[in-house]
Amino acid sequence: MTAFLDIAGLTKAYPGVVANDDVSFAIQPGEVHALLGENGAGKSTMVKMIYGLVRPDAGHMTLRGQPYAPSEPSAARAAGVAMVFQHFSLFEALDVAENVTLGMEKPPRMRDLARRIAEVSETYGLPLDPGRKVGDLSAGERQRVEIIRCLLQDPKLLIMDEPTSVLTPQEVEILFHTLRKLSAEGTAILYISHKLEEIRALCDAATILRRGKVVGSCTPREVSAAEMAEMMVGKSLSAPRRAATEAGPPLLHVQNLNLTPATPFGTPLRNIGFTVHAGEVLGIGGVAGNGQDELLAALSGETLSARGSVSLDDEDISQMGPDARRERGLCSAPEERIGHAAAPDMSLTENAVLTAKLRRGLAHGGFIDWRAAEDFAREVIASFDVRTPGPQVAARALSGGNLQKYVIGREMLQDPRVLVVNQPTWGVDASAAASIRQAILDLAGSGSAVLVISQDLDELLEISDRFAALNEGRLSAPKDARGLTMEQIGLMLGGAHDMHEAEVVHASA
Amino acid sequence: MLRLEKRPNPSRAWAIGTPVLAVILTMIAGGALFAALGKDPVEAIRLIFWDPLFNERVASFSRPQLLVKAGPLILIAIGLSLGFRAGIWNIGAEGQYIIGAICGAAFGLAFYPSESIFLFPAMVIVGTLGGLLWAMIPGVLKTVFRTNEILVSLLLVYVAEAILALAATGFLRNPEGMGFPGSRNLARHPGTDNPELIANTGMHWGVIAAFVAVIAAYVLLNRHLFGYQVKLAGQAPRAARFHGVSPNALILTCMGISGALAGMAGLFEVTGPAGQITIDFNVGYGFTAIIVAFLGRLHPVGILFAGLLMALTYIGGELAQLMLGLPASAIQVFQGMLLFFLLALDVLSNYRIRIGGRAAA
Repeated sequence: MTAFLDIAGLTKAYPGVVANDDVSFAIQPGEVHALLGENGAGKSTMVKMIYGLVRPDAGHMTLRGQPYAPSEPSAARAAGVAMVFQHFSLFEALDVAENVTLGMEKPPRMRDLARRIAEVSETYGLPLDPGRKVGDLSAGERQRVEIIRCLLQDPKLLIMDEPTSVLTPQEVEILFHTLRKLSAEGTAILYISHKLEEIRALCDAATILRRGKVVGSCTPREVSAAEMAEMMVGKSLSAPRRAATEAGPPLLHVQNLNLTPATPFGTPLRNIGFTVHAGEVLGIGGVAGNGQDELLAALSGETLSARGSVSLDDEDISQMGPDARRERGLCSAPEERIGHAAAPDMSLTENAVLTAKLRRGLAHGGFIDWRAAEDFAREVIASFDVRTPGPQVAARALSGGNLQKYVIGREMLQDPRVLVVNQPTWGVDASAAASIRQAILDLAGSGSAVLVISQDLDELLEISDRFAALNEGRLSAPKDARGLTMEQIGLMLGGAHDMHEAEVVHASA
Repeated sequence: MLRLEKRPNPSRAWAIGTPVLAVILTMIAGGALFAALGKDPVEAIRLIFWDPLFNERVASFSRPQLLVKAGPLILIAIGLSLGFRAGIWNIGAEGQYIIGAICGAAFGLAFYPSESIFLFPAMVIVGTLGGLLWAMIPGVLKTVFRTNEILVSLLLVYVAEAILALAATGFLRNPEGMGFPGSRNLARHPGTDNPELIANTGMHWGVIAAFVAVIAAYVLLNRHLFGYQVKLAGQAPRAARFHGVSPNALILTCMGISGALAGMAGLFEVTGPAGQITIDFNVGYGFTAIIVAFLGRLHPVGILFAGLLMALTYIGGELAQLMLGLPASAIQVFQGMLLFFLLALDVLSNYRIRIGGRAAA
C-alpha cells in the first residue's frame, strides 16, 4: 500500500531557529496519525507546510504518488487537504451557514448549503443548527462549525491542530467518534496534540518531534503515556509533590458576585461564591469563554463589583483597584500574556514594574527605581528558568512559554498571600509546566491561598485540593478534588451543551 | 518584491535615523517641486535651511526668530506628546492656546495700570488655568459621555476663535485705541510684558518654560511612574488597567497637562512676540505643534529638535517666498512632505525591509 502523504526531509529555518530539521514521515490512507511534541517542537510549522501556509526550505512531499508542493492553502484544499485551526476564524455576528460560506470559493445557495450542513452534521454526529449565531455558540460548537466547513470540501486528509484544548470531556468523546467515522471511510487524519491519553485512545500511529527533529515514532496503543512523554521531552518527568498541609483560615472570600459583561459577547458572572483557605489550591475548571476572564478581572481589581462581594481577610476589597489589592497581598496573572499580563513592546525590566512596584518596592515617591526593577527581573528570569538574553529584551521577543514563566514568576516572587492565575501553563512545554505546577504547590505549602483557573482538567486534578466548575458564568459548589472522576467533572462542567450525540441524531432522524 | 518583517526589538538606530532620512527625502522631493515651479531648487533649499542661520544679511533678523517661533511649538508639543503616547488625541491645542492667552491677558488688564512684579507671574498662572479648563471640556465629555475627544477638542478651536474675535472687538478692546479692534499692548507695559531676556537671541520666558518642559517631560517619561503609565496605556491598554491605571484619570490628566501648557504658551505669546490680543494673534502654533510632536517621535529631546527644525522651515519658507516669489502654498506642501516622509519611514523602526519573496512566514 502506498502512503497517502509521504514527507521526506522537510526543513524550515527561521532567523535564529530551525523549526523543522529534515523531518520525514508518512501518513497512510484512513490512518489517524498523531504529530506529538512539546510547544516549540515544530508541529505547527510542519502542518503549515502541508497546508501551504509556509514553504519548506528543503525536502519534498508526495501526495498519492504525485509531487505535492502547495503554494497557498487553496492549492492544498484543491488537493484534498483540509485543516481545523486551534484558533477559530469565525464571525460572531453571523450565523453558522453564513460563516461556512465565507470560506468557500464557489458558495452554493444558502438554502442548499443549510441542507448540506444539516446532512453532514447528521452523518458525522456533530449536532449543529445552521441558523444559529456563532456568538451564541460554545467553543465546542464553534469547532464543529470549522470541522463541517472542512468536511463540506470532502477532504482526503484532515489536519486538526490541538482540537481538544477547548472541549469538555463529553465534547471530546463526540469529536473522537466523528474522527473514527471519518477514518473508517478512508479519510486520513493528522492529529496534533500533546495530550498523551487522547492520542493513545484515538491514533493509529504517532511521529514524535523534539526541537524540530523526528525523535521517534510509535504505535500509541502499544506504548504507555509515560514512554511517549519521555520521547517527547527527552527525559522523565516527575509528578509534582505536595507537602501535606492542613487548610488554614479562610483568606479570599467571594459571595454573591454578579457582573454584567462589558461587551455584547462577554459572559456575565452570576451569583458566584467560594472561599479559598490558607495553604489550599482551589481549581476552577471550565471551557474558555464561560466567564474565566471576567472572574479574574473581578478578583484582580480591574473590574469593581458590588460592595461585600469580594473580601480578603474579612476586609471588603470589592471596590478597590488592582494596586490596593496587591498591597494587601492579592496578586493575579491573567491568561492573555501579550497586552494584558505584559506589555509587548516594553522590556522585561519595565514589565517587572507592571505589577511588582508595590510589593517589591520598585518605586519611591512616584519615581521608579530602575536598578531595583532590573534586579527583580533578573531574579524572576533566574528562578523560573526564563530563556532570554537578559532583562532588557522586549516581552514580545520571548516565546509564549517563556513569557508565561516570566509572568507567573513575577507574581510568585512577590510572595502573595492569595494568588489568582488563569491558565498557568497554557502554551508552556511539559517540563516548564511541571515546574510551574510545583511552584504553585510550594506557594500553597508555604501558607498562601491559590486559585487556579484552567481548561486543563488533568492539571487541575493534579494540583487542586478542591475543584469547582465554571459554566456560563455560574460556579458549581467546590468539591474535594481527590477521588473525582472525569465523568463527574464533565457533569459539573454542565451537560447543557447538547452533549448527547445519540439524542440529537435521533431527533433529526 | 519587498516585504516587511517585524523586528523582535524596536531598532534604536532607526528611531534616530528616520528623522534625518525624512529631512533628506523632503529636501529631494521639495527640490523637485520647486524645480517644477521654475525656481532653482538648490537655492530654494539653501534659503530655507541655511540662510536664516548663516547668511549675514538676514541672520541678524531671523536667528532670534528661531527661538521665538520654536518656543511655543515645543511647549505645546511636549504637552500633546504625553496624551498622544497614551492614545488620547487632543487636537485642539490651538483653542487652549487662545483661551489661555485671553484669560491671562484679561487678568492682567483687569489690574491695569498696575506695574506690580507679581502681576506677570499671576497672569502666567491664570493663562495656564484657562488652557487647562478649556481642555477639560473634551476631557470630561469623554470620561462621562464617551464622546470622541478628537472631534470635541477640534471643534472647540472654532469656539475659541469666536471668543477671541469677541474679546478683540469687545470686552478686551483698548479703550484708548480709537475704536480699532485689539487690546492694550501688553508687551509695552511694565508689569504685563514678557521681554526678550537676552538681546538679539529671541529668548523670552516662554522659551525658558519650553526648555523646562522638555527636561521635566524627559524625567517624567524615563523615571516617574506617571510617565510609565502613559506609555503603558498607549501600548497595551488592558495591561495598563491590570497595572492599576484608571483610564478616566489618565484622560483627564493628559488633557489637563496638554491644555495647561498650550494655555501657558498662549499667554507668553500674547505678552511678548504678539504683544496684544488681536483677532488673529494666533498663527496656528497649536496645530503645527501636532506635527512637531510626531516629528520628534513624541520624545522630549526629539520634540526640542523638531520644534527648532519646524521654526526654521517657517522662517526659511518666508524668506524663500520673499526672495524667490514662491507661493505660500508651495511652502505648506513642503512642510506637509516633511510630516509625510517622517510618518512613512516610521515603519522602519519596528520593521525591516527584506528584498525578495522567499518563503513568507
